[in-house]
Amino acid sequence: MAEYPQKARPLSPHLGIYRWPVTMATSITHRITGVGLAGGTLLIAWWLTAVSSGPETYSFFVSTMATPLGQIVLYGFAWSLAYHFLNGIRHLCWDFGFGFALPTANATGITVLALSLLATAAIFAAVHYGYAGYYQ
Amino acid sequence: MSFETPQHKVEGLGSAHSGVGHFKQQRVTAIALIPLTVWFAVSMLGLAGTKEVSVLIFLANPLNAILLGAFILISLYHLALGIREVIVDYIPHEGVKLFLMFCNYGFAFLVAAVCLFALARITIA
Repeated sequence: MAEYPQKARPLSPHLGIYRWPVTMATSITHRITGVGLAGGTLLIAWWLTAVSSGPETYSFFVSTMATPLGQIVLYGFAWSLAYHFLNGIRHLCWDFGFGFALPTANATGITVLALSLLATAAIFAAVHYGYAGYYQ
Repeated sequence: MSFETPQHKVEGLGSAHSGVGHFKQQRVTAIALIPLTVWFAVSMLGLAGTKEVSVLIFLANPLNAILLGAFILISLYHLALGIREVIVDYIPHEGVKLFLMFCNYGFAFLVAAVCLFALARITIA
């Protein structure tokens, strides 16, 4: 049997070749932030356990969260919650049949992303300019 | 044409074998979490940078303790439903799927237990 030359055959385009549409990006981000928020529940569990265990344990929690890595985790949690919250409302609107037109879906997607970043920036600003901690 | 009887069609309840129950529960918990998340964010911002005493005083108010408990439990329920969806989407192997489902619900129950124990210790003690 003759040996046929192994030419490079055209491959079916996979994920990497497509420009990411807004709806696709917001959809996978919703899923990633959702999984990430599982870590957020651990943070709440740690916080409550630290409060219940006494001042030393609590100050260890606070000082851990004050480190650069702790701050990244904390603001990552804040942004994930803000994004998943806002995009969740977008999903609920779809469930009730609103906002399916592509231009609308793109616009709401960008709005959700912008608002989530804005909310996180607002939390950062509130903490750093002394508008947080009002339950003291 | 299908040779399936209508009876046989509904018995399987689709690929997740649970019908629309999961879908509805996810939406109901999502709607409940809208006001609870706003409350949680406002509360956490209010407690940011405060001493332990402030948290204890905050949770000494039964309304705050109950709302925090509700936020945590409904969040964990919503989380378990969401992770379940991720697992059935990406894991075709039945054994691995079953194991991950076990981990998923185990995680939710464990975190719920830890949080409720801590809340009880703070508010009752």
